[in-house]
Amino acid sequence: MKKLNPRRLWALCRKESYQIVRDPSSILVAFILPVILLFVMGYAINLDADHMRIGLLREDPGPAAVRLEQTLRASRYFEVHAGTSRDGLVTRMAHGEIRGIVIVKGDFTSKLKQGHGDAAIQVLTDGAEPNTAAFIAAYARGAFDTWQQGLAADLGAHPSPALDLRLRTWFNPSNVSRNFLVPGSIAVVMTIIGALLTSLVVAREWERGTMEALLATPVTKAELLMSKIIPYYILGMLAMVLCLGVSVFLMGVPFRGSLAALFGLSTLFLGCALGMGLFLSTVLRSQFNAALAALTSAFLPALMLSGFVFEIDSMPKILQFLTRIIPARYFASSLQTLFQAGTVGALLWVNALGLGLLMLFWLGLTAWKTRRTLD
Amino acid sequence: MLNRLLCLIIKEFQVILGDTRARTMLIMPVVLQTLIFPFAATLEVRNSTLAIFNQDGGQASVELIQRLSRTAAFSKIAMVQDDGAMQEALDQQKALLALRFPMDFSRCLASGKTAQVQVLLDGRRSNSGQIAAGYASQVFQDYGAERGAQPASTLSVRNLYNPNLEFKWHVLPSLVAIITTIGCLIVTALSVAREREEGTFDQLLVSPLTPAYIMAGKAVPGVAIAVVQGSFIAVAAAWGYGVPFTGSVPLLLTGMVFYGLALAGVGLFISSISENQQQAFLGVFAFMAPAVMLSGYVAPIENMPRFFQWVAICDPLSYFIPILKGCFLKDFGFRDAWHLLWPLLAIALVTLSAALRLFRRHIA
Repeated sequence: MKKLNPRRLWALCRKESYQIVRDPSSILVAFILPVILLFVMGYAINLDADHMRIGLLREDPGPAAVRLEQTLRASRYFEVHAGTSRDGLVTRMAHGEIRGIVIVKGDFTSKLKQGHGDAAIQVLTDGAEPNTAAFIAAYARGAFDTWQQGLAADLGAHPSPALDLRLRTWFNPSNVSRNFLVPGSIAVVMTIIGALLTSLVVAREWERGTMEALLATPVTKAELLMSKIIPYYILGMLAMVLCLGVSVFLMGVPFRGSLAALFGLSTLFLGCALGMGLFLSTVLRSQFNAALAALTSAFLPALMLSGFVFEIDSMPKILQFLTRIIPARYFASSLQTLFQAGTVGALLWVNALGLGLLMLFWLGLTAWKTRRTLD
Repeated sequence: MLNRLLCLIIKEFQVILGDTRARTMLIMPVVLQTLIFPFAATLEVRNSTLAIFNQDGGQASVELIQRLSRTAAFSKIAMVQDDGAMQEALDQQKALLALRFPMDFSRCLASGKTAQVQVLLDGRRSNSGQIAAGYASQVFQDYGAERGAQPASTLSVRNLYNPNLEFKWHVLPSLVAIITTIGCLIVTALSVAREREEGTFDQLLVSPLTPAYIMAGKAVPGVAIAVVQGSFIAVAAAWGYGVPFTGSVPLLLTGMVFYGLALAGVGLFISSISENQQQAFLGVFAFMAPAVMLSGYVAPIENMPRFFQWVAICDPLSYFIPILKGCFLKDFGFRDAWHLLWPLLAIALVTLSAALRLFRRHIA
């Protein structure tokens, strides 16, 4: 490979920068889209379910049943809608108006008095939303336990539970899911930006025929590639700074790690994302195909396989292996650690190694596929 | 005139499907995603590692550890010998959850006092951690119940439509909607922009076709792609993954066509306001990512802040996913789904007419 000519590189970078600055859509991608996406992900994805709408069918007027209703209504997790018939409530659940139904049958009090242990409260949940259904079952059980202890206390007994689980969450004591979702979201947002920005740039030159003009100049392969990477790297880093600012200052997510580590990891990650976008663009040579490829290979894998919402350990072995080639996996884990736990050396080094290897892989592949001929 | 429209539609299909690469790009990702995502997108916790610091060593704690190791949630138990090692296991993400049995655990239990167990969660993964802690507490509750007295009343939970809360039954119907979104939007949004960039748009304008016909010609392939891709994933879901299909097939197809129309409207609207393919592509993205996030697929819409709930009202995905889930799991017929179908049609009408207006203005 011929030597880099700094002047030529500078000229090419300037040309590329002008293209970025003069096209309002690049600015939209780098600065407006990240903010929108961060807000959507940070506030709309709320895994801490509260105020879930449930239906209540209480056919028993007895005091124990009334007390259960009061317990349910007092719970901050539920918004109780009383119903008059089981069928009516089930239809409302089918339409998604309520997510669960609690049924207390008419013979509840009498069975409770008999004390055979067959006084049953039934909970129906909407299994079409498995996560919500599991939450409803768990919170209904919690309310049920509270109610039982209340009943026992009235009878004068003070049953102390045999086992007491003391839960404590490290780094995020109040269990705000935003605190780990926002750092994870930054990884997804940056994947999107990196791939979106670069996936079209080479294909555009081919389609518009300007590649031919570019190849007629003495530009070398390395200069060509670097002129595509450097301006977009700077744009990506600016977007990263913006993401950090928005999440720390506007969304109140604590950042406890070192900025130097964040800078280093972001650089490696952008190397992967830009490299992947450039590769698709170089190989596919058509904006339509590159766009489709970038969308499918950047957005959904980063959302599904990065482990930021969906636990990687729960996936089948072969998919766990597949997540290892998704850069967002290492970046999401690094960001969640840097934001919440601080600078945990060993973990971050492993992630940096993964990102570094992937960066070499994508950039190498792009360099290998970049031709200086029109074929 | 219909003949001309047909010619235009055929030409559009030739443009999209004539290129081998473009054809592959419309088929391969759909197949791959259908193969991969149902296994990945699960909020269940399985095969995770549990770190245990057992200061007690008594019979009760050993019994409990054995029971925990038999659950599907924890495939690996890492025994640690001090607080520092416990902290390190969490810090390095080697364990999802850490338990500590204090020294007097077995003694308290034997003497009828409340025995404490400390559970530590990793806040970086607090959602999975809470789910895992739920599994652990179930083990503890069962153990406690075996030793305690029989309660007078019981709570029984039944999950309708999906008795075992299979995550795949939730993911696959949603994927029908999410994956088809990409193909349909790209095809419609980039179509006009591409003609504009290549200069063939002027040729189209001097042809005897009116703007409305041109738009129809651009919308039909998008709808067709949505229906074909959607049907493929639906068939894979029903036969490949065994998700029960209880509802009506005509409703499913109607839903797909309406959804395709709504998407084509959005795509053409984006196309008519963008100058080149890059802008159209970015527009698609700026629409799609929030649309997926706000559709209720990841988290229920009613948990979102008010503002996002309003935005979700305009999101075609938030109607199509319930239709799909209804068709698959809830035995939906047209009567159950009407309240979901008409908003899709309304979105399609609004976006298509807006696109047509902008289109006409561009020409004038």
